[in-house]
Parts: sequence; C-alpha cells; structure tokens
Amino acid sequence: MTLHTPEFSQKIHGPDQPLLKVEGLTKRYGSRIGCADVSFDLYPGEVLGIVGESGSGKSTLLSCLAGHQRADLGRIAYDGRDVLAMSETDRRRLSRTDWAYVHQNPRDGLRMGVSAGGNVGERLMAVGARHYGQIRGKAVDWLGRVEIAADRVDDRPSAFSGGMQQRLQIARNLVTSPRLVFMDEPTGGLDVSVQARLLDLLRGLVRDLGLSVIIVTHDLAVVRLLAHRLMVMKSGRVVEQGLTDQVLDDPQHAYTQLLVSSVLQV
Amino acid sequence: MSDLGSQGDYTFAYLDEQTKRMIRRAILKGIAIPGYQVPFASREMPMPYGWGTGGVQVTAACLTPEDRLKVIDQGADDTTNAVSIRRFFQRTAGVAVTEATTEATVIQTRHRIPETPLREGQVLVYQVPIPEPLRFLEPRETETRKMHELEEYGLMHVKLYEDIARHGQIATSYAYPVKIEGRYVMDPSPIPKFDNPKLSGNPAIQLFGAGREQRIYALPPWTEAVSLDFEDHPFTASKAPHDCDLCGARDSYLDEVITDDAGRRMFVCSDTDFCAGRRAKGHTGRLGDPA
Ligand SMILES: Nc1ncnc2c1ncn2[C@@H]1O[C@H](COP(=O)(O)OP(=O)(O)OP(=O)(O)O)[C@@H](O)[C@H]1O
Ligand SMILES: [Mg+2]
Repeated sequence: MTLHTPEFSQKIHGPDQPLLKVEGLTKRYGSRIGCADVSFDLYPGEVLGIVGESGSGKSTLLSCLAGHQRADLGRIAYDGRDVLAMSETDRRRLSRTDWAYVHQNPRDGLRMGVSAGGNVGERLMAVGARHYGQIRGKAVDWLGRVEIAADRVDDRPSAFSGGMQQRLQIARNLVTSPRLVFMDEPTGGLDVSVQARLLDLLRGLVRDLGLSVIIVTHDLAVVRLLAHRLMVMKSGRVVEQGLTDQVLDDPQHAYTQLLVSSVLQV
Repeated sequence: MSDLGSQGDYTFAYLDEQTKRMIRRAILKGIAIPGYQVPFASREMPMPYGWGTGGVQVTAACLTPEDRLKVIDQGADDTTNAVSIRRFFQRTAGVAVTEATTEATVIQTRHRIPETPLREGQVLVYQVPIPEPLRFLEPRETETRKMHELEEYGLMHVKLYEDIARHGQIATSYAYPVKIEGRYVMDPSPIPKFDNPKLSGNPAIQLFGAGREQRIYALPPWTEAVSLDFEDHPFTASKAPHDCDLCGARDSYLDEVITDDAGRRMFVCSDTDFCAGRRAKGHTGRLGDPA
C-alpha cells in the first residue's frame, strides 16, 4: 500500500508545485460542447470550487478530470504524471488510492447491497488489506469520523437517511487517505439543515487531512465555506477564476455578477 | 434422433465437427490461460440448461471412441441427471462407461470432485451454472471483464467480509472463489469448499463449461488454486463432523440423509463409488453391512 500524505507530497515537490495541472481540456458530445479549453492549477491542500448554471459543463469537466470520461483535447498532469497517457491499470489504481470521487447521488457511489462496513472497507481490500479485524476496525473508526454510530456498521445503506448515506460515501472515499478528492454536488438533494451539518463535517475533514479538493456546486454558500479558489463556468467555458472572496465580492464577468446577485436576493 | 446412435465419425458425440473444433479451440485457449473465462458459441443441446449443457458440450468435444466415461451428480452415479447424461453419450458416442473413478478417462461432474485422487491423463469436466465469481456484487458484465483484465479483485474480499460480518465466519460453503496461479479469480462451480484443495495441484485436466452463460475455462494439470480468505479468518475445507455411516470413512464429504418419519438421520459419503469401494474392501460404518 502506498499512501501519500500531503506532507509527503510537499516534501518531494515543495508547495509551489501544483498537484494537478490542467491545460486546454475539451470534451464534446457530438457537436455539442461539454466543456472547452479549461485550464487551471490545483495546489496541495487547496480547495477549488466550480460553479455555473445547469448545463455549463461542471460535471463533464469533473468526470474528465477523474478519468470517468475521456477528454478530446488537452492535458492533465497529476503529481507530474501525464494522466491521459497513463495505462488504464495505472489510472484505475490511482483512482483507488490517491483519488476519490464523491457523487451527488450516494446511490451512485455506494454499494447498496453491501453493509456500511463493507462499503468503507472496499477500498482497503482493493489495495490489498487482508486482515478482517483491522479492516473492520478502520471502518468503524471512519464511521465515527463521519458521525455514524459504530452499531450501524453492519447495516446496509438502504437503511440510512440521505444525509447518512452521503456521509457514508465520504467515509468510503477517504478511508485510504486520498490526496485529491472530486465532489459533484455533494450537498445537493439534501435538506438545508442536513446540508449545513455535512458542510461542517466536510470542512473539518478537508482541513484535518489536508486534502486537495475540486468541488462542483451551484450553491454559493458551499463555495464560501469550503473553497479557497473559485472557477465560474458558462456554456462549457471558464469565464472567471480567482480567490473565492475576490470573485464573490467583486465579480468581473456579467454572468458571475448575476450569479452573485441572485444569491443575495434569496 | 435415430442417427444419433450411429458410429459414423461426423456425428460422433452429437456435435458436428465444426462445433467441436470451435469448442476445442476455446478449451485450448482456456488451458493456455488458466482460470480465464473464454467465451464460446454454446449450442442448443437436447436437454434443459439446468442439466449442464455447458459440461455436456465440453465432454462431447473431448470424447474419443477409446474413452471411458463416468458421470456424477453431487457425487452419485445413479441420479436422474447423471444417468441421462451417461446414456446420452452411450447413444451418441458409443463410448464405454464406468462408475469407477480409477477406470474413467473422462469424468463429467456436477457439484463434486471425486474422493479418489485423479491421475495424469484423466479429464474432469465440471458443469457450471454461473461462471462469473464477481457477479454477486457487480452485475455489469463490461465491468467484471475489466476487473479481471486489470486484476481488480478487492470485491471478492468484500463478499467474504460481508460473510464474516453477518455470520461471524466465512459462510460461503460452496462455489468458494479461488485465485489461479496468482492471476485470475475463478468460480470453481458449486462444489463444496471441502473440495477446493483438490482443485490445486491436481494431475488431471480440469475443464469448466457454462452453457447458458457461454463460457469455458480450464485448469491444466498441476495448476495452483488458492482459496481466498483473510489472515485472521483463514480458509478451512470443512465437512460435517461425522464419519460415513456406511463405510466409516472419516475424511470424505458427507450427505445428510433423513432415514424415517421420526427424523432419524444418517451421514453417508456423497461419492457413491468411493463409499462402495471402501465397503467392498470390508470397511463398515455405524449402520453399514460390508457389501
Ligand atoms: N452524456 C452526454 N451526452 C450528450 N451531451 C451531454 C452528456 N452529458 C452532458 N451533456 C451536455 O453537456 C453540457 C454540459 O453538461 P454537464 O452535465 O457537464 O453540466 P453541469 O454543469 O454539470 O449541469 P448541472 O448543474 O445541471 O449538473 C450540457 O449541454 C449537456 O446537455
Ligand atoms: Mg452536473
């Protein structure tokens, strides 16, 4: 098992080296644009928010970055390695160890027929853990960290509330100490009070684990609370990016201005 | 169907030569890549799928006129299924048949490996209902194929983890998954896990045929098959903690049989040839008379 900690990565590369470097990433669906010419750097420990209206290409971009879809053009370098040139074995290995992906719908990210403990343990077993007691111990530990009682470890996710399912999905993803976490609307579809609690939890985990995160959302509250930097998309393109406070307090692009003002009206 | 009994070469063992060639190719490929599931174009056979049409096609492709065939179902030579398949090949191939494991050159089996150790030159053909060991947790065929290709077998342990979490131990007692030569994870067909150790290092050729699922896989002689487990829950080849009530064998796999309305039970070898052989040599169990 090779699990890197953020400290480790900084030792090798120094904090000045981006963990993820994206250049000119483009994905088309036939003649329709999914996302076009997206470029950015993500540094270790940094949280990048991606906002934009529905259909602006946020999920497309995220799934291309995570390797769930193949980009048509562009380059992705992770930790200095060319992701698009990697063999599928290496890329899938990366997504089981260094990376994690939290889906909006927990059903897409969980095995609904498998107990909570099995869900959390899967990534450990995928990277070679073969001691039942240790796997279970780690699973219980992680359930605790996402505020799920230890006595639920043998329950299936179908017996959990939406918020619990989402927390379980997060535990399942973080158990192997990934360095880079992709999240697509992790708080979408949840009650407002549940959202707040999840956000709080996420913020704590991101800080404690020093995670690098790319989080897609259309909720500016999520962005304000979590993201160091913000990228605004429209029609598949990045129309504005910068430090979160700067972008939100002084939006330059007309679309961003609209986005900010529409939130302020609520 | 009257011509099925003919000894003419091209209807020998029911299948036409082209089909046999196709199946033999699949078998050879399977032997070349132990544990890898080779797709093949399964043919309609004059019996329902549950009867082991995959095994029957593999047997048909292997048989030569010189072969001596044994067919067992759950270890027994005399069940309807075993008798029908044996008759089928007597009719269509005219091969000699036997119930003795030592005398058979080809053995078709459902759910057991004979107790009597096999030897080099013998072929053991398994009937397989579900060849994909990952199916339980991943129903998508495209995904399971990828997992085999990339050796992503963590999911197999998730299944065992769930077993222990629910039952306190690995409750999977048949179709227990094995890893072949450190590479492919394979479903050994629904044999009891008691038989798993016999899969490994076996001098016979072991062939697996799944008719409905159109897959063939194989273990060449002396192939290593390791039963998956956890360090703190190691694999054990368990059986009922009894001796055979007929022949007294302590180390053979037993069937539990209800003997009367009062619910009296007895334990007998599931391998009928093995049990009869022991009794013929004078061994007896709690309820047995020497044969
Ligand atoms: N599988 C697909 N096939 C064809 N077009 C697609 C596909 N997925 C997305 N698109 C199109 O690509 C564009 C970007 O979609 P995407 O799902 O990335 O947007 P989004 O920003 O995530 O939207 P939302 O906020 O609604 O989730 C849209 O025009 C969409 O219709
Ligand atoms: Mg989306």
